Amino acid sequence: MNTPDPGNPRERVRVTGPPRRRTPSAVRPPIDTETRLGGMYLRSLLREQLRLAAGVLLALAVLVGSLPLVFHLAPGLSSAQVLGLPLPWLLLGVLVYPLLLGLGWVFVRRAERNERDFADLVRGADR
Amino acid sequence: MNAAPGVVAVALVTLATLLIGTWGLRFSRTTSDFFVASRTVRPTLNASAIGGEYLSAASFLGVAGLVLAFGADMLWYPVGWTAGYLALLVLVAAPLRRSGAYTLPDFAEARLGSRGVRAVCSLMVVAVGWLYLLPQFQGAGITLRSTTGAPTWVGPVIVGAVVLANVTSGGMRSITFVQAFQYWLKLTALLVPAVVLLSVWAGDGQPHPVGGDGWSMPLAAGGGQGLYLTYSLIVATFLGTMGLPHVVVRFYTNPDGRAARRTTLVVLALLGLFYLLPPVYGALGRVYAPELAASGRSDALVLELPRIMVDGLAGEVLTGLVTAGAFAAFLSTSSGLSIAVAGVLGQDLIGRVPAGRRLGGVAAFRLGAVLAVIVPCTVALAAPNLGVARAVGLAFAMAASTFCPLLVLGIWWRRLTGPGAVAGMLAGGVCCSVAIGWTLLTPDPSGWADTLMAQPAAWTVPLALVAMIGVSLLTPARVPGGAGRFLARLHAPETLDLDRG
Repeated sequence: MNTPDPGNPRERVRVTGPPRRRTPSAVRPPIDTETRLGGMYLRSLLREQLRLAAGVLLALAVLVGSLPLVFHLAPGLSSAQVLGLPLPWLLLGVLVYPLLLGLGWVFVRRAERNERDFADLVRGADR
Repeated sequence: MNAAPGVVAVALVTLATLLIGTWGLRFSRTTSDFFVASRTVRPTLNASAIGGEYLSAASFLGVAGLVLAFGADMLWYPVGWTAGYLALLVLVAAPLRRSGAYTLPDFAEARLGSRGVRAVCSLMVVAVGWLYLLPQFQGAGITLRSTTGAPTWVGPVIVGAVVLANVTSGGMRSITFVQAFQYWLKLTALLVPAVVLLSVWAGDGQPHPVGGDGWSMPLAAGGGQGLYLTYSLIVATFLGTMGLPHVVVRFYTNPDGRAARRTTLVVLALLGLFYLLPPVYGALGRVYAPELAASGRSDALVLELPRIMVDGLAGEVLTGLVTAGAFAAFLSTSSGLSIAVAGVLGQDLIGRVPAGRRLGGVAAFRLGAVLAVIVPCTVALAAPNLGVARAVGLAFAMAASTFCPLLVLGIWWRRLTGPGAVAGMLAGGVCCSVAIGWTLLTPDPSGWADTLMAQPAAWTVPLALVAMIGVSLLTPARVPGGAGRFLARLHAPETLDLDRG
């Protein structure tokens, strides 16, 4: 719209802000087209992220998901008192929440790192 | 009973909600504002809004009531409701945002390129939304009756009217501010009385809860069936969160996938903070108000405990505060659900009516909102009360058996096909509906069959997954053409210059 007319180089262009989109680079990153190389890159990213997600879910299953089974198999634990609270109340009412937050934090950091590595890989192949 | 604190609290919350909603209206101009707040909501504000929207009557009233009545096993409800955001974070948050779709049906259509899948999804969104709205309206009735003595129909009518006013006037943009405000209101409304009540309890010499060891220990009764119920509840809440239409729609308001992840992380912190409190009420109720559980009014525990434990003006003020929080819970959750249902109704039902004059985006959304509120509100007035947390639990089971497989496979598995998605959602949805009907028609459950039906998620979710994968593998020719490219868009960071359509 506001591109200067070559025939009238002194036409005014109203600048209202930075350009909304960066101009696309001349060479598209290879994952954009369904090439073999692109498919390979994508599969590696998917595999990394899926492995990370599975790891976090496995940690959750072992640390929290096992609790009902533990209480079922060892009823003696349920009546143990820790810090003035019954053990199940301390675990399920208090300690589980910082654990969930911690797992989430680890996931976000690693997922962002995987994406950075992937972006570097694609840009590297681009040049 | 003194009705003043309840009336003042409800009036103030309603007024504040309408004022903030109107203030937000000044920023709401386009269809995009209406549906997704033009996707410019920052993580902290967005997380507060998600927390405000998510903490429903079931969290505010239901958990404390369940803990009072049934003891330690019920602690799994809040744990599952929080852990559900971890599942959402690791499996769907960022890819869902990057899919660039407005609603769940939009996602399904974009991913699978099939109008049939879209139609099934729209149906499920409306079903889950209405199933979830019902207990909100009924909870509002209980609250007003218990704090002001008003007839049960007053609550649903007030909540319905306020939600309708806010949603139709400002859409998503103004609702974001309203809900962020309501999270902090709910936290304060539960935290301040809890501190006062705990100090009263300490002053009384810290008496122990009555009811014996069976109450404070998990799985004290029930044996194998108790274990099944606990695990099935964990599956439903853990996997159901990502399929709730009002939660999913909020993710589209994030600026990008990275912000979607960070928003979810803040949500985990906010929910963990909030859920420390309801068990405190449950345990104190066991000390000071065990008769509430015996008379079947445990849902009113949070509302009545301050008056029981604290005399005079202080007790009335605290009652007003918890009433305000409870009312905020109904308003925010029903607003969020209404927006999600209205969006789907507006786009898929009203917006596509082949009549001569097509309604524009915003007009269709408003008409959809009217439908989305009026239908469950009417049913709430007529239907019997299920118990707030149990009805919400069924909505979670439904979401876990339909949308969770669709989202997880749609995001991570290239070979998912349209027929596979439809088969999986129908298998999960139909089995869940049968289980809900069975549970409603069985007044006193006994035996394994009733147990399996009472908490169906542990078998309906695997069933839906197997159906979805199996039928997809049987229809390899129907794998959509651009599936690889679509997955690339979902998982590649925005810093890469991709054609995002």
